[in-house]
Amino acid sequence: MDLKEKLVSSFMAFENQIDIDSPVHDVRSEAIKTFEQEGFPTKKQEAWKYTSLKSIINQDYSVFPKQENALEYRDIKKYFIHDIDSYKIVFIDGKYSSHLSQTTHEGFDVCLMSAALNKPKYRLVIENYFNKAATKDSLSSLNTAFASEGAFIHIKKNKLVEKPIQILHFSSGDESALMLQPRNLVVVDENAHVQIIERHQSLTDNPVLTNSVTEIFANKRAIIDYYKVQNDRETASLIDNTFISQKQESHCSVHTFSFGGKLTRNNLNFFQNGERIDSTLKGVTIIGNKQHVDHNTLVHHIEPNCESHQDYKGIFGDNATGVFNGRVIVNKEAQKTNAFQANNNILISDKASINTKPQLEIFADDVKCSHGCTIGQLDESAMFYMRSRGIPEKEAKALLMYAFSNNVLSSVKIPEIKQRITKIIANKLGVNIGFDL
Amino acid sequence: MLKINNLHASVEDKNILKGINLEVKPGEVHAIMGPNGSGKSTLASVIAGKEEYEVEEGEILLEDENIDDLAAEERAHKGVFLSFQYPVEIPGVSVTNFMKTAINETRKAKGLEEMPANEMLKLIREKSELLEIDRKFLSRSLNEGFSGGEKKRNEIFQMAMLEPKLAILDETDSGLDIDALRIVANGVNKLKSKDNAVIVITHYQRLLDYIVPDYVHVLYNGRIVKSGGKELAHELEEKGYDWIKEEINA
Repeated sequence: MDLKEKLVSSFMAFENQIDIDSPVHDVRSEAIKTFEQEGFPTKKQEAWKYTSLKSIINQDYSVFPKQENALEYRDIKKYFIHDIDSYKIVFIDGKYSSHLSQTTHEGFDVCLMSAALNKPKYRLVIENYFNKAATKDSLSSLNTAFASEGAFIHIKKNKLVEKPIQILHFSSGDESALMLQPRNLVVVDENAHVQIIERHQSLTDNPVLTNSVTEIFANKRAIIDYYKVQNDRETASLIDNTFISQKQESHCSVHTFSFGGKLTRNNLNFFQNGERIDSTLKGVTIIGNKQHVDHNTLVHHIEPNCESHQDYKGIFGDNATGVFNGRVIVNKEAQKTNAFQANNNILISDKASINTKPQLEIFADDVKCSHGCTIGQLDESAMFYMRSRGIPEKEAKALLMYAFSNNVLSSVKIPEIKQRITKIIANKLGVNIGFDL
Repeated sequence: MLKINNLHASVEDKNILKGINLEVKPGEVHAIMGPNGSGKSTLASVIAGKEEYEVEEGEILLEDENIDDLAAEERAHKGVFLSFQYPVEIPGVSVTNFMKTAINETRKAKGLEEMPANEMLKLIREKSELLEIDRKFLSRSLNEGFSGGEKKRNEIFQMAMLEPKLAILDETDSGLDIDALRIVANGVNKLKSKDNAVIVITHYQRLLDYIVPDYVHVLYNGRIVKSGGKELAHELEEKGYDWIKEEINA
């Protein structure tokens, strides 16, 4: 049985476990129909031209992990940003791990999607927000059909959350192959501020496929900084579907750091539903071997006087392949839009490749939109300059790559994350450079 | 210190150096002058180990050791320093971080521990004062947006930090106003000792009023065609290079 059939036929069993009277029931039923009709995307579709899921979906994944697994904090500590105080929402094989988590309901909610979906007190929030930003494409629909667990974060009006929130999804390796479909909902009310860090990590080389959906709502003047750390084993694949709906004067930024994984697809979508909104999308990708990372971004400028900034840097070695597809839509009403997009890439091997494609659809006439993409090699004259000062080739290369990524790293607001990313990059490049950028 | 015997070098199959002989002893300052395209910068790059240049014949000895097969960084670790005619801009790496990395990598290659942070700071402070470099300047990205003078001053600052045995200054005077020239020359003179040596590559005699050479060599068409004392530089300044060309071609 292929994965699609398996998922569709599991749906009945899944529905039986949960509350059929829930308002979400209809949404789920609708969603599985969409997935059943459309199936997994193929390279025939324009948006998937350069990314094939074939090798990923031919595994015999367990779609419902049977048992709850326990992990010791000391064994997984290194995957947390552990040198800062934070809230933590931790999942092991898709199940919530209370002893590794630190949640709260004091003044704001940092808790679980399962609670939000089932408890009456969250009914209104779910009605107002659940599946309201996600598009109805087949993979998001697949996630919606099985949406049951993930992070639920609701920050109330004027609340400044001082500690960042870490969302961690571990897979223990108990299943020979595991498919996970976390569903996160983040609602940030007027004038509130929150910082979130998300990471997916498998602990063995058993294949894992994660098809995640995160919906984020930034209400008036809200500020959200979201960091995605993608440094998983090269047997794990991730399809990240993130939808951000912004109201007037809100500021949202998403930084995506892609270093690991077999196949990573980031579908990152911003919808600007108000004026004077600021959206920032930044990413650093450094991959090698046969890794594949695909950034598929959308910024939809719907109203006037808004800004968006996209800056993605990619370094590709060995046989690695990358894709950047950046779509910007400026509606006719969205006058005075400032939309910037940059995608710069360095290929450090003859066999690595990158396909980059800006896609601007501008219907307003008084806008500033710019885009630029470059593909190059490491600058030889810079290499000689550094080596002539005693910096060996490997370190010189690493330094140039740091420097190349620096624009993106410099806008990270949490110093510990910046340090961690710097360290991951150094590890990745096999060097030890004694400073942080 | 440095001994070059019958050096032939080419780039992309084009012969540029056609049999250079040069000996530089500790404590000496040598000036290499010559018209454009004579091979001055090539000589500097070949000594520093630029890979695009192919050594076809001859040898370069540093303290009696043949360095032909050494990578640029290994030559640097042995005390070779090249002040670039066109220093490369490296956005995203600050001057300070660049120097820290260079010094610690050099120490690592010599089997030494990294330099303690406070010692490094002290050294940076001391050497930046020598070159009259503002502290703010050190946190800027290396050479990015620097004026011509700032770039050259930064080169000599790096030289001061690394304390090379053999420093090659490739057209360090180009693009410098008279104040910057004085500062740069003063820096070089302060760093000079009986144990190190300097090769000054220049087009004009101007710099040699400040960094006074023991020997002056004229490079023409890939060969050293004339050598003499510092008075040769004055003669060249007065008469230009044509008389030398005529002498050679005669």
